Amino acid sequence: MSAGTSATPLGKVRGLGSAAHGGAHWLEERFAAVALIPLSLWLVFSLILLPDLAQRTLAEWLRAPSAAVPMALFVIAAFKHGLDGVKVVIDDYVHDEGNRVGVHYLVAMAAIAGAALSLFALAKIAFGAA
Amino acid sequence: MTAPSKRPLSPHLTIWKWGPHMLVSILHRLTGNALTFAGLALLAWWLLAIAGNASAYADVAAAANHPLGLAVLVGLTWAFWQHFFSGLRHLVMDTGSGLELKINKLFAILTIAAALFATAVTWFFLMGVNR
Repeated sequence: MSAGTSATPLGKVRGLGSAAHGGAHWLEERFAAVALIPLSLWLVFSLILLPDLAQRTLAEWLRAPSAAVPMALFVIAAFKHGLDGVKVVIDDYVHDEGNRVGVHYLVAMAAIAGAALSLFALAKIAFGAA
Repeated sequence: MTAPSKRPLSPHLTIWKWGPHMLVSILHRLTGNALTFAGLALLAWWLLAIAGNASAYADVAAAANHPLGLAVLVGLTWAFWQHFFSGLRHLVMDTGSGLELKINKLFAILTIAAALFATAVTWFFLMGVNR
């Protein structure tokens, strides 16, 4: 519907409203959240079901694709979701424009570094010598 | 600044009562931040230690078995379940459901109860069955 085709106030708002980007951002924030429902439950149940939490047991568990892949997905989704959430908190509490951009960058870099370290560790476990 | 009006102010900003929905909302942010800053840092440390040598993992195990470390892990477990159930509630509310006063309050109380219960069950299995 193009702007001005409707004579009613509601029709005008619909025609001249938002840039329609907010919804996509909102949905994107929920993507990692929804992905974390099965992934986090998988992690909790796996840790409970493992015979023990010794290094050898965990390394053997994470060497198999059936654990390495969901753990990699969990790492990616968890760091993404953590970043999504902290972004909103920063927007709420850091009011100065310059500080806000700076804090956003710092937190994003920390999240990316944390995810990279975790994925590197997983690759080392999965592809390293047994 | 205009002169103060003689007309009465709405009390909406200063007179209010704590409710479960407010507690759960604040807990969602609190637990989310705890899980992000403490939980994800520990996740990375734990994975790197598993990938590392025996002494690297011994450091993690020692920290996890220390009473203070154990308290942090139990706290993070509770934070996870509180954020999990509260997050499910948010996804339901995102659809436009569960916003009526009574249902909203009930779901808020349920997330607190479910999180405490799930934390107890998780640690019952972690401590009882495995070791």
